[in-house]
Amino acid sequence: MTALDLPVRTHPDERRQTEDGGNQLRRRRRREYGLFALLVAPNLLVIAVFAYWPIIYNAFLSLTDWNMIAARPTFVGLANYGRTLTDPAFHKTLWTTVVFTGFIVAGSLVIGLALAFLFNLPLKGRGAVRTIAFAPHILSGAAVATIWLFIFDPGYGLMRALIDPFGAEPPDWMNNSDWALPGLIIVYLWKNIGFAALIYLAGLQGLPKDLDEAAAIDGASTWTRFRAIKLPLLAPITFFLLITTVIGTFQAFDVIAVMTGGGPGDATTTLSWSIYNEGFQAFNAGRAATLSIIMFVILLVVTTVQARVMERRVHYR
Amino acid sequence: MKVRAIQYVVLIGVAAVFLGPLYWLLSTAFKDPAQIYQWPPAWWPDLTWENFSLAWKAAPFDRFFLNSTVITVAGTLLKVINAVLTAYAFAYLRFPFKKVLFFLVLGAMMVPGHVTLLPNYLTVATLGWINTYAGLIIPGIGSAFATFLMRQHFLTLPTEVTDAAAVDGAGHLRTLWRVVLPMSRPMLITVVVITAVEEWNNFVWPLIVTNTASMRTLPVGLLILKDEEGLANWGTIMAGTLLVLAPMLLIFLIAQRYIVGGITQGALKG
Repeated sequence: MTALDLPVRTHPDERRQTEDGGNQLRRRRRREYGLFALLVAPNLLVIAVFAYWPIIYNAFLSLTDWNMIAARPTFVGLANYGRTLTDPAFHKTLWTTVVFTGFIVAGSLVIGLALAFLFNLPLKGRGAVRTIAFAPHILSGAAVATIWLFIFDPGYGLMRALIDPFGAEPPDWMNNSDWALPGLIIVYLWKNIGFAALIYLAGLQGLPKDLDEAAAIDGASTWTRFRAIKLPLLAPITFFLLITTVIGTFQAFDVIAVMTGGGPGDATTTLSWSIYNEGFQAFNAGRAATLSIIMFVILLVVTTVQARVMERRVHYR
Repeated sequence: MKVRAIQYVVLIGVAAVFLGPLYWLLSTAFKDPAQIYQWPPAWWPDLTWENFSLAWKAAPFDRFFLNSTVITVAGTLLKVINAVLTAYAFAYLRFPFKKVLFFLVLGAMMVPGHVTLLPNYLTVATLGWINTYAGLIIPGIGSAFATFLMRQHFLTLPTEVTDAAAVDGAGHLRTLWRVVLPMSRPMLITVVVITAVEEWNNFVWPLIVTNTASMRTLPVGLLILKDEEGLANWGTIMAGTLLVLAPMLLIFLIAQRYIVGGITQGALKG
């Protein structure tokens, strides 16, 4: 069986090892290499050109000043980094991104977990409600944003209809710099909570029952069992959701583009919006590339931490 | 009993929170303008198709629809073919430095799409692909996650079956087509559906790589419709929004369990 220890399935003929094997074997192997290259080449080519090359290209562009019209970029060294990192507008952008991400991550995890517990109760119709809650996750962000734009409409929107009976006046959500960011957070949560709930639910249903039952027999309260048993056992799932939500939210674009366009003023200008703005509205390739590299480094740190923690989880469990 | 009653109230409340906005969309799309701009709002629409013809007149929705369909179908097909072929090669064939190559494929998942926008735009411009189907489709057909899912699945298939095929003289491509793929149907459907949903919803790339109305896709066309109509005609805009959402809602209802299965699998096994 030693030949089978390879991570591949060898051709049975090869395992049979006939006496004139040598030549035939070599020819067969050469053909196998050729086929491998043929099958993998298109995918690897696209990945190299459109996933890896952009990182190198960005790194180069970030050292230049270029309006994308001039024949070639002007080399400016680290000037873009110096200017960006000391720019108060960039600090504001980073802060907005952190607030936006922080609220969405916290909201998704807390409400998602609560919903998962709800969907785990023996209630009629829970499957249907779970499906309904998850549906927004697969819908176009641009379309979802458009719906909510009308819901938030201060004149004829659903939000006004809901609070009007209580004698309250709705804010002009998207045109008010205090309300625009909270509005975006609500929309994003509405779109993504169902996903968190679904993942948590799968995790809950996979938990070993004996520990929880033993604790219940020993008289532990529901809250204690949640705090001391379920929450720690769900930690890997929480961690997975934390990372994927951070990565997704950092790159959130369609909802912002449709609802606020980074405004009013700079109230909802996140890092992802400012990359688009510098690159495709201000045509400042150098600065867009600099911001892209900064985003890449931040998310690389996040994914590296994830890889490390996942590895430890696999090894020590 | 009281606790159970409260639980049901919460469950209904949750359903309302997620259905409410969709009902608001649906009802507005079928209201006539007078009904939309009345206060208090009408909860039941007159059921008029007027908004759809207005949306059609305001923007070339048939063209958007065609573009979205072409990109979704071609993009999904090419991406899934890439995933299947790469996964087969990594699961069944030998090659020097295979491990390194596999890490290179998986490593693409570490590159956030948003970071590649500007360089990819410049690359596509160099290739002369701005405002073409090639420019819209090709940069997205590299597959890392789907390749990973397919390969993991192939490795769970019993060796006896592929061996039997080989003994019968079937070549690799024949084995893939006749034996491995039919045995991987649920996973294949999952990968196809998830990829198609992503392609259809893609927003930022079509936004930057196209520059004429005739090449726009539905989500981008919606942004243009909204900007043109201002906020003066919600009925038209909601009709357009419904056109963007309806196909995905339909696919979701049909293929729900494949989508859910694929997503939870990615999370729990990752």
